Amino acid sequence: MFELLGIAPQVLMGQLLLGLINGSFYAVLSLGLAVIFGLLNIINFAHGAQYMMGAFVAWMLLNYLGIGYWPALILAPLVVGATGVLLEKLALSRLYKLDHLYGLLLTFGVAVILQGFFRNYYGISGLPYQIPAAMAGGQNLGFMFLPNYRAWIVVASVIVCLGTWFMIEKTRLGAYLRAATENPALVGAFGINVPRMITLTYGFGAALAGFAGVLAAPIYAVNPNMGADMIIVVFAVVVIGGMGSIIGAIITGYGLGLVEGLTRVFYPEGSAVVIFVIMAIVLLVKPEGLFGRAA
Amino acid sequence: MKKALVLGGFVLAAMAASPVLAADINVKLGVLNDRSGVYADLSGEGSVVAARMAVDDFKAVDKGIKVEIISADHQNKPDIASNIARQWYDTDGVDAILDVPTSSAALAVAEITAKAGRVFINSGAASTDLTGAQCQPTTIHWTYDTAALANGTGKAVTEAGGKKWFFLTADYAFGHALERDTTKVVVANGGEVVGSVNVPFPATDFSSFLLQAQGSGANVIGLANAGGDTVNAIKQAAEFGITQAGQQLAALLMFVTDVHALGTQTAQGLNLTEAFYWDQNDATRAWSARFEKLHGSKPTMVQAGVYSGTMHYLRAIEAVGSTDSKKVIASMKANGFDDPLFGKGYVRGDGRAIHDMYLFEVKKPSESTGEWDLYKQISVIKGEDAFLPMMPQCDFTK
Repeated sequence: MFELLGIAPQVLMGQLLLGLINGSFYAVLSLGLAVIFGLLNIINFAHGAQYMMGAFVAWMLLNYLGIGYWPALILAPLVVGATGVLLEKLALSRLYKLDHLYGLLLTFGVAVILQGFFRNYYGISGLPYQIPAAMAGGQNLGFMFLPNYRAWIVVASVIVCLGTWFMIEKTRLGAYLRAATENPALVGAFGINVPRMITLTYGFGAALAGFAGVLAAPIYAVNPNMGADMIIVVFAVVVIGGMGSIIGAIITGYGLGLVEGLTRVFYPEGSAVVIFVIMAIVLLVKPEGLFGRAA
Repeated sequence: MKKALVLGGFVLAAMAASPVLAADINVKLGVLNDRSGVYADLSGEGSVVAARMAVDDFKAVDKGIKVEIISADHQNKPDIASNIARQWYDTDGVDAILDVPTSSAALAVAEITAKAGRVFINSGAASTDLTGAQCQPTTIHWTYDTAALANGTGKAVTEAGGKKWFFLTADYAFGHALERDTTKVVVANGGEVVGSVNVPFPATDFSSFLLQAQGSGANVIGLANAGGDTVNAIKQAAEFGITQAGQQLAALLMFVTDVHALGTQTAQGLNLTEAFYWDQNDATRAWSARFEKLHGSKPTMVQAGVYSGTMHYLRAIEAVGSTDSKKVIASMKANGFDDPLFGKGYVRGDGRAIHDMYLFEVKKPSESTGEWDLYKQISVIKGEDAFLPMMPQCDFTK
């Protein structure tokens, strides 16, 4: 049996698969960020808080209304998306003429307020949320035990990522969106309601974060800080992939999940920083990111 | 003029008739802990509530002791904790600092307290170094420590047949201390440690580390971490079928709030060690019900420890009639305590409070009758067996 650097191939396979699962979260979250940045030029720091809200809304639906995981997978992103629409209408839309920094500060403030709100009412320890019954258990793959729910995460995230990519790059609606980014005045002149399109795009980006939150609820602690822990890594993913690049965000998300997974085998202490080391290198060598266009 | 004289006479007469008022003592307590981060639920505002309850129950006002309580957020950072402690001692006239979870922050505050000549009654932190390698004459360590946890959960699991251990260790002072102390107990009880992995703190995904533990051939996975890390690790161990496959989890530090967060469905059957549980007897139930009314959740052992420690401190102030830290600490160490939450106990020369610890098992969902009905008691660990023996150089009563 061959061994690679003292690690049995079974173990390596297992770790690669786990990396792919974590990469799914990075991919869905960085995708939402990339969509928002690409079309609105807003660096959405509230993304982590919206991810956290997705998980909390799922918990609330279950505990206050008795609505289970599967409906929540649709409903929670809708709720989070709606709050995103509200935020865009009431606040963000006033900042487009200003520097990026204002949008970043505003969304950062919103994130802190949201976290504080949930912390105040639900505490910091987190809330229990069970894996849906249909997804309990798992498959023995020989080299590892793969919980059904983790497999579902990969499937769901791939569907959502590809769907989003397809919608933006290949459909008429996506073409309008991309055109509006290039020249909003001209697109508006063709009778398309550009501000509404932008509002809905932000709502969609927020809903993606909410969707990731529902996916995460059964396996990670549902607590107010879950997004804050995640968002910094996701920002690094977006920077490595190239700000605003849809396909870049997706590929880098999965790729960095794999890299992180491998680091956990070979040098676990470094697994929390490996993504940032890569970010630093990418910024030095190719500042626009792996898939970004030179500004 | 005449009226004023008469009035003055009355006041003088009244003062002479009331000896307690003549000996008015002002005490200022500072509750320093995590108010917004991972340990906010197990300490935080709840510890302030507990300190206030102690002042009320002690009837401090009737005894001529005026107590003021202030609080601050150290964000689990030693540098912030140090700055606040210095300011409290130097400019705000704080007599004693209470709680201080996060071992690194607690060790910093212990040193500053010794220099300032005040009192530090720690409830929240775990490291045995507080009354060991870095002991101070002004430190009282009240509730628990890593040795007590190891002697509780670590010993019970090893004795029950869990001989081969693999540690998932939070990669900072506390995690390493807990792994070190537990390893000693495991080895002393005929077990062995087959491996460990240092997990960056804090972490969300433990699946990689759990898989490494699974492949190690160990039959016990020791979780040398706390709070959200422990919750995530246990949640994911259940998901990956670790326990069904025959490996056992040992959560070395877990608070009732963590178990509440996990739910009995996931946490059932886990062994854990605590100094206090709300549902132990009538006294703890009555106190916890009052606490819940004020704070909205059941108390953790850390919050109960703040109450109990504050009580003992106030009793010492009453006994010596001043807030002089040397006299007060001497009195705290000379006189035992017997309170409704921690039972009978005493404070050792090194500042370690000795009281019983309890080994609990998390109930099955079918056994639990309510949201907070989470534990059943397995055994009592006598205080003398729970804590490390005193280091001779740390006996400050000599």
